[in-house]
Parts: sequence; C-alpha cells; structure tokens
Amino acid sequence: MTIRTIGAVAALVAGTLLGGAAQAQGRLNLYCSVQEDWCQLMQTEFEKATGIRVAMTRKSSGETYAQVKAEKDNPRGDIWWGGTGDPHLQAAEEGLTADYETPRMGEMQDWAVQQWRTGRKRTIGIYAGALGFGFNTELLAKKNLPEPKCWADLVNPAYKGEVQVANPHSSGTSYTMVASLVQIMGENGAFDYLRKLNTNVNQYTKSGAAPIVAAGRGETLIGIVFMHDAITQSVRNFPIKTVAPCEGTGYEIGSMSIIAGARNLDSARKFYDWALSAEAQALGARAQSYQVPSNKGAATPPQAPKLSEIKLINYDFPKFGSSEERKRLLSRFDAEIKIAN
Amino acid sequence: MPVTILTWLGIGWIGFLLLPWYGLEDGITRTPLRYYLGDEAGPGLIQAALHAKWWLWPVAAALALPLLALRPNSDHRRAGTILIVVGTAGLAWISLQGFALTHRGWGWSILAEMFGPTTQRQFGMGWGAASVATSLLFLLTTGLARRGAMRGDAFVTGAIGIVVATVALFVFWPVIEVLFEAALTNDGRYGLMPLANRLTTQTIWGLGCFQGQRSCGVFWNSVLLATIVGITTTLLGLAFALLAQRTAFPAKPLLKLVAVLPVITPPFVIGLAIILLFGRNGAVTLFLESAFGIPPTRWIYGLPGLVLVQTLAFAPIAFMVLLGVVQGVSPSMEEAAQTLRASRWRVFTTVTLPLIRPGLANSFLIGFVESLADFGNPLVLAGNFNVLSTQIFFAIVGAQSDPGRAAALSMVLLAVCLAAFFLQNVWLGKRAYTTVSGKGDGGMHAPLPRGARWFIYGTAVPWMAFTLIVYAMIVVGGFVENFGRDNSFTLKHYVVTFGIEWGQHGIVWAGRAWNSLFTTLQLSALAAPLTAAIGLLTAYLLARQTFAGKQAFEFTTMLSFAIPGTVIGVSYIVAFNVPPLELTGTGIILVICFVFRNMPVAIRAGVATLSQIDKSLDECSLMLRHGSFATLRRVVLPLLRPAIVAALVYSFVRAITSVSAVVFLVSAEYNLATAYIVNRVEVSDYGVAIAYSSALVVIMAVGVGLIQLVVGERRLGRRGGASSILREASA
Repeated sequence: MTIRTIGAVAALVAGTLLGGAAQAQGRLNLYCSVQEDWCQLMQTEFEKATGIRVAMTRKSSGETYAQVKAEKDNPRGDIWWGGTGDPHLQAAEEGLTADYETPRMGEMQDWAVQQWRTGRKRTIGIYAGALGFGFNTELLAKKNLPEPKCWADLVNPAYKGEVQVANPHSSGTSYTMVASLVQIMGENGAFDYLRKLNTNVNQYTKSGAAPIVAAGRGETLIGIVFMHDAITQSVRNFPIKTVAPCEGTGYEIGSMSIIAGARNLDSARKFYDWALSAEAQALGARAQSYQVPSNKGAATPPQAPKLSEIKLINYDFPKFGSSEERKRLLSRFDAEIKIAN
Repeated sequence: MPVTILTWLGIGWIGFLLLPWYGLEDGITRTPLRYYLGDEAGPGLIQAALHAKWWLWPVAAALALPLLALRPNSDHRRAGTILIVVGTAGLAWISLQGFALTHRGWGWSILAEMFGPTTQRQFGMGWGAASVATSLLFLLTTGLARRGAMRGDAFVTGAIGIVVATVALFVFWPVIEVLFEAALTNDGRYGLMPLANRLTTQTIWGLGCFQGQRSCGVFWNSVLLATIVGITTTLLGLAFALLAQRTAFPAKPLLKLVAVLPVITPPFVIGLAIILLFGRNGAVTLFLESAFGIPPTRWIYGLPGLVLVQTLAFAPIAFMVLLGVVQGVSPSMEEAAQTLRASRWRVFTTVTLPLIRPGLANSFLIGFVESLADFGNPLVLAGNFNVLSTQIFFAIVGAQSDPGRAAALSMVLLAVCLAAFFLQNVWLGKRAYTTVSGKGDGGMHAPLPRGARWFIYGTAVPWMAFTLIVYAMIVVGGFVENFGRDNSFTLKHYVVTFGIEWGQHGIVWAGRAWNSLFTTLQLSALAAPLTAAIGLLTAYLLARQTFAGKQAFEFTTMLSFAIPGTVIGVSYIVAFNVPPLELTGTGIILVICFVFRNMPVAIRAGVATLSQIDKSLDECSLMLRHGSFATLRRVVLPLLRPAIVAALVYSFVRAITSVSAVVFLVSAEYNLATAYIVNRVEVSDYGVAIAYSSALVVIMAVGVGLIQLVVGERRLGRRGGASSILREASA
C-alpha cells in the first residue's frame, strides 16, 4: 500500500467520522396515513418549499395511532398527517398530541375548525370525505338488477349476498357508517336496518376500502365505502359507479396532529402551516386522491364528490368520536348483528 | 492467564475505553470525532471521569478484578469462582443502573423518593456498553466451565450463555411486557378480572357456527385451520421429498424450483392469484360457468381458500425439512429388512416411515405454527372465517384499539402452540432415530412400494402443475395493463418500479422501488447468516447437550415463532423504544427481529437432522482430543449441510417477505419492500405490486442458488444410488 492510498483511506475515514457536522435546514419525522403516492408528494414538495429534510413513514391511521401510543415515553415522530379523524381525536383525548393554533385558521372550512375545537386544539381537519357506496356496473347489467340509489335500496332482497362492508370493529369507515345510520334513522331504526342489511352482506372485511376493491374486480356487486375511494377505482378503469345515498350520509374529517414531545417542534409547526395552505392541499388530486380539501381557497378536484350536492348530515363528532359511545354502539352491534367478529 | 480470558477481557476494556458508551442517533461512523470527549458520544471512562457518571466506576472495577486477581498459575477452581463473581455482579450492575436512571431521570419512583430529583440523564446503551456486557457474559460462562459445568467445556457453556442471554433479551422480555397488558384495567392498573373477562369471551370460544351463525370462535377456527394445514403440508412435503430422493422422476430440477417458488413469493401475491383464478369473477370460475353452467360463488373466501393458499405457501418448508431427513435414512436398515424378506410395503411402513418420524413431527409443527401465525393470507382470503392472527392485528390497530384484548388473544395463541409442541414431544418419545453413523453404510435404498409411488405421483405432479399455473399468472400480471381486466401488453409497471436514468452525476435510481429494495437486501443478507448461526448453535445444544431447564429453554426459542408478527412488532417497540435499550428507528432492530423470528426454523431443521447423526461420530472426534468447537466445525457442520441450507434460505427469504412483524418497525430510513408492496395492493395498483414481487422472486431465487452453491451438498458415503433407481424404474 503506497503512502498515497493510506492518505486517501485516512481522509475517507476522517471524512465519514467528521462528516455529520454539516447541518441541513432542520429535519422532520412525518407519519403519514394516506396512500403512498400522496405521502411522497407531500414529502418532496415540503422539502422543496422549505429545505427541511423529511423522513416519512407511511402507515394506516390505526397503525400510526398504535405506534404513537407505544412510543409515548420517547416520541419518534414529529407530526402525524392524514388518516380518518377518530384516531386523531382519540390521541388528543389521551394527550398523545400537542396543542397548536395555526395562523391560517381564518382560511379553514368550518368543519376543519370544528374538528380542532373537538380535539382540544390538538388536531385539525385537512380534508373531508363523504360516506357512500359504489357498485360494479358490468355485474349489475349481467345480473339485470336495478341501480341502488339510497341506503334503503341496499336491504332489497334482490341484492342478497351482494353487499360488502367492513367490520366496524376493525375499520373506521364502517364505524362511520354505523354512526351515520344512527343519526339518520335513530338508534333503533339503524339497528333494524343493519339486521336486514346483514342478510345481504356476503363478507365483513377487515379494512375499510377493501369492499370497493372487491367490487372493482367483480367479487362483490356493491361495496359500502368512502366515496373518494370509489372514485379512485373508476379513475383506475374499474367499472365502478359511485353513489351518494339519497337519505343523506355522514362523513369523515381527515386530520393532522403534532405529536406531544416532538423532537423537531419548529419543523413540525412549519409543516402544519404549510399543509393547510391552498397549494399544499391541491396535491391530493395529483396523487389520484379525491377528498375535499379543508382550505377554502384550495381548488376542489373536478372528480371529487361535490359536498354541496351531497345531502350531508350534521355529524356529531364529539359524541360519536368518544370512546364510550363507540364502545356502546359496537357492543350493541355485536349483540344484535351476529357476525361473530 | 489463558488466551480466552485475556481476549474477552480485552474486548471489555476496548468497549469501556474506546467505544461510545451510549447509543448515537447518527450512528457510530457519522458522529464527529470531537464529540468523543463529550457526554453524548464519550466512552465509559470519559463518562465516569469527566461527566460525573460515577455509577460507571463499578463496571471498570469488574473488568479490573480479573487482571489483578488472576495469576498464570492460579488454581483452576479459584479462578472460576472469581470469573463467576465478576461476570454476575458486572452484568447485574449494568442492567440495574440502566433501568434505574433513564432519559427522564429516575427510572423507578422509589428512587426519586429516596434520593430526591436528579438532573442526570442516560440514553440508550451503545457499542461500548454492548461489548462490556458481552465480555462479562463470556467471563461468567468461562468461569462456570472452570468450575466444572458441562464437563469443563468453555465453548459449550459460552454457547449456552449467549443463546440464553439473547433469547431472554430479544424474545422473552418483550413478549412478557406485552402479555402483561392482558391484565391491564382501564385506569392503567393490573387486575385479574379484566384478564378473566378477556380470556373467556364468546368471540374466542363461541360455537355459533353450529347454531346457524356465520362463524365459530376464533380459537376453533384457528386450530381447525392449523391442523388441516399441518397435515396437508406434511403429506405434500413428504411426497415431494420422496419424489426427489427415491424415484426416477425425470424433472427433478423443475420439482425443486416448484417447491421453492412459494417460499420466495411475497405475501398477498399468491392470495391475489388465487382470487383471480377461483374468485367469483376468476378465470376458472367463469370458464366453469360458461362450459358447465356452474353458477359462480364465493366459496374461496374462508376455510377452503385458506387451506389452499396456506398449503401452497408452507408445503415447501415441510419439503425442505423432510428432504434432509429422507436423505439421511440409512439404507442398510432397509436392506436388513429386505434381507429378512420383508415386502417393499412392509419395509416402507415399518422401517422408512418410523425413521423419518422426527422429520414428520417437526414439519407438522412448523406447518401448524406457520398457519397459526400467518397474517397476510387470512387478510386477503379469510372472508368471515376469523382467525387469531388477524384478530390480534385489528385489536391493536382497529377502530377500537384494545391492546389488552390483543394480549389475551396472544396468550390463547401461545397456549395452542405450547400444546402442539408438547404433543409433538410425546409422539416422538424417547426412541432413537439415528441413521447416520460412522459405520460402513454403503447400502442401497429400497425401492418404494407401488402404492406409495402412485400416491406420490398422484399428489405431487398435479400440485406442481397447479403451482406453475399460479406463477404463470403472476408473471403475466406484471406485463399487462390492468391485471384481470385489460390484458394488453405493457412494460410500464417495470419502468415505474425499476427505472434507471442517466443524470448529471451518473446513475439516478429513478424507479420507486430501489430505495426499499436496497434496504431489504442489505438487512436480509445480514440477518440470514446470523439466524443460521444462532439457530444451528441452539439446535446443537438441544440435540447434543443436557442441562437443567432444557425443555423450558427449547420452548422459549419457539415463542417468537408462535406469536404473530404484529404482537412481536408492538412488543419490540414497547421494549426497545426507551433506554436502556433504545433500538427503534435503526436497522439493527429489524435485523434482530428477523433473526429471532426466523431462528425457530433453523432450530427445527438442525434438531431434526442432528437426531439422525450418531453421537459416536462426535465422541470419536472428542476422543481424538478435538475440543467440542473443533468437533462441531469439522464433523457436525459438514453433516448438517442440508439444515444449513434450509436455515439460510429460510431466514434470507423470510426477511424479505415478512410483513406483519416489521410493519411497526420500518422507519423512513429503513423501509422494506413488502411494506411498499402492501401499500400498492391497498390502492389496487396491482401492476406495480406484481412487477415488484416478480422481481423479488427472481432476486431471491438467485440468492437461494448462491447459498446452495456456497454451502454445498452433504456427501454421505453411499454407493449406487443410480442403480437402485434403475431397479425401481424396471419394476
């Protein structure tokens, strides 16, 4: 080995040992709970806008909630962006997330601010999605069945064994359905309805969006899901038609929270403010996600279900988001609808 | 002083004087040198001398004592006593100070009451602490050997020590932490009532399926499924193994390929292909409808589909276990039986089959436990047939997050595995299965009886065809526009996944998969040899050594296998997210998770193979004054080659394809291929998912080939294998 190679090796070793000194603009650990493309887009666009290095981890909202809870003594994440609102509310209730008031509060839709109040300033709405269902048009034509338009249509005996919905124990989507039906039909009416629906349901899936994926492939005729999930299927060329139920329907508020004890609090707040901006909220449509953004100035994607044209109920998030009410409704669901979960 | 003691002491001192005592966020190579005097990256000595961490001095004392007290001519037993005291006290002190003072001050509230508040903080232990602890552990085991434990064999005591310590640390402790949650009440205290309630609910034990409900309790479902799958995989694995070893089957390379394919396939993909074949809108279903007017149903969702897909997925493991065992059966025993005029059938049923009982029992156990712990397939295909593994997952991540219920369900799952494990031991009994001995053994295997041969051809060949069809569909799926709907040819999925561009600074890995692919390969290549080493070492201890608590030890090693990945994942976060062991977010935690999760298969394969190898071979080597390490290396290891291959292949492949265990452990920097694929499946972007999976299959096939090439085949001195097959062909 010549002197020169030794010198080169030494320089290399010293370089790796000393190299860590170079500091970026800061760093951010982002927990992201929407689909992968959207998460990546948020990550790279935020890096471009601020120079902050983002480490993004994508997990479903249930998984992220479980992780944030497991890490509560020594938090690893800084901000949790996306995913249905209930686990965010639950995390807020348990003090896993931190208070924050954004300067963009004035630009927010009312429902987003309402979510912030319900969550004790610890979570805010970033998008909304209405519940509905979708059906496979090819299968419908083949079976020569009428188009379902309302919740009431789904219990029609003609659809016996043709409806799929997630299990409310495992899926927030399905719990939103139970809570919405209770608010539309009254509690007893809703459980009557669910009992009748049970005879038409061929399978209670584990994950919320699975029924519409199955419908797209023709494994079931109808899937009860959030409407934007159904639209994603049609954009991907599956024969799915999306329906907003005529009686009215409930909705979810996708949320964002800063994790309590975040190591990069400043970066987390920067991300929080940026994610609420009109430009950042327009990114969803680029990633084929068609939820309704929470910034009043953000353009709603043309494919997105028009919230103004859907009969939205006045969903009582504080009541139906609380753990007690959830537990009560789910036990009643267990007792009266024997799906043996 | 002997070299071993000096070496271990040296490692301890290097750890204390040079390596950073605490874990570093940016890793050891990326932390600037000047920090090594500070209180973050400083070694133990600096911490104790400059930063008032006085509680590290006893560690130095423990390392110094042997240097002071041991003399070259020290009495053997006295030296042993000193080493035992040093090792035990040192290890106890390191763990005690680690738990007592954490990143938030006092770790136990009683200390705060006694000493008042403290400003001192400790982060997770780093390389320095790790090498000191390792050194102390081996000093302890060497001391035990000096006192005469394990006939004074320091290698054996050391091996037992390291296996027991790591299994306790990375299996037992995290699992216990999580299981305690089953007794947690709503207000955060422990009680027996919640435990009793959670363990006796109808959803576990209910028999509703006999009363017209959709499904029985998850316990019954899981046990039924696991039993069926255990039997089908063992039978199929046996058929494959006999086909490969005892027949003149013309397409043996194809057989090995088919047998290995399902193992190297990422989860979800087989399930997806099965749905596309047999689902209500599947190819076969539609054909049956148009040809015979059979109306499409959803029969595939539930028990039948699960049995089909799990058998497809796990039979290869049974094959790998049984292959070595069938190969190892001594022909001379069969010849002896033939000489005594036993018919072929009699030879097969009274000699061959009984001799492969350990193989059968082990492969049944693996199939049974794999089926219990399987998560990916039930997620796709279970329909309303609920099983324990998915219930546990959704108890943790579901809309009603209930870790207590998850812990209770995990207990049930564990109990089932425990029961299976004991039944297996009872069935095997205390008989001897030795067939590979040092004696002349150059016989020829008896040809198989006609009935067995028909059975083998009748099951294995159609199954091979079925596997090939499933895989043809998967390959095609990567090259069509929209799997199952728009079947026009395209390369775009591969371009999106594995695109490479030429940028200003050379190659740009533009494809979306590269990042996760590189991480996956790196971590699994690291995990595989570690798994095989620690697994086979454990197998050697279990099969060849006797020590107190061996049964309990054996069961503990099976624990991590029996517990579903989700629970392992969560338990690892709970146990390793806070000091003294802070590992989350690193690649190390993934490697550790892979090693201890896949180790049981290496152990099973090793034990099954070892129980066939005559102990007299070891004894022979020992009598020729080889130590047990040399015996292990020169005699046992070469005979263990089939088990080594099985262990390496399995752990390499499992590290690449596992999902549920790692879903909580992947981080931004360490993302894995399967996590990415699952995300694509979730949004029904099948093209990319299948393209990525197919590429992984190819990569793993290459990896498996390399492993087989490097390890090589076991050579048993047998003559004329070819002629016995010829005889069979003419018969």
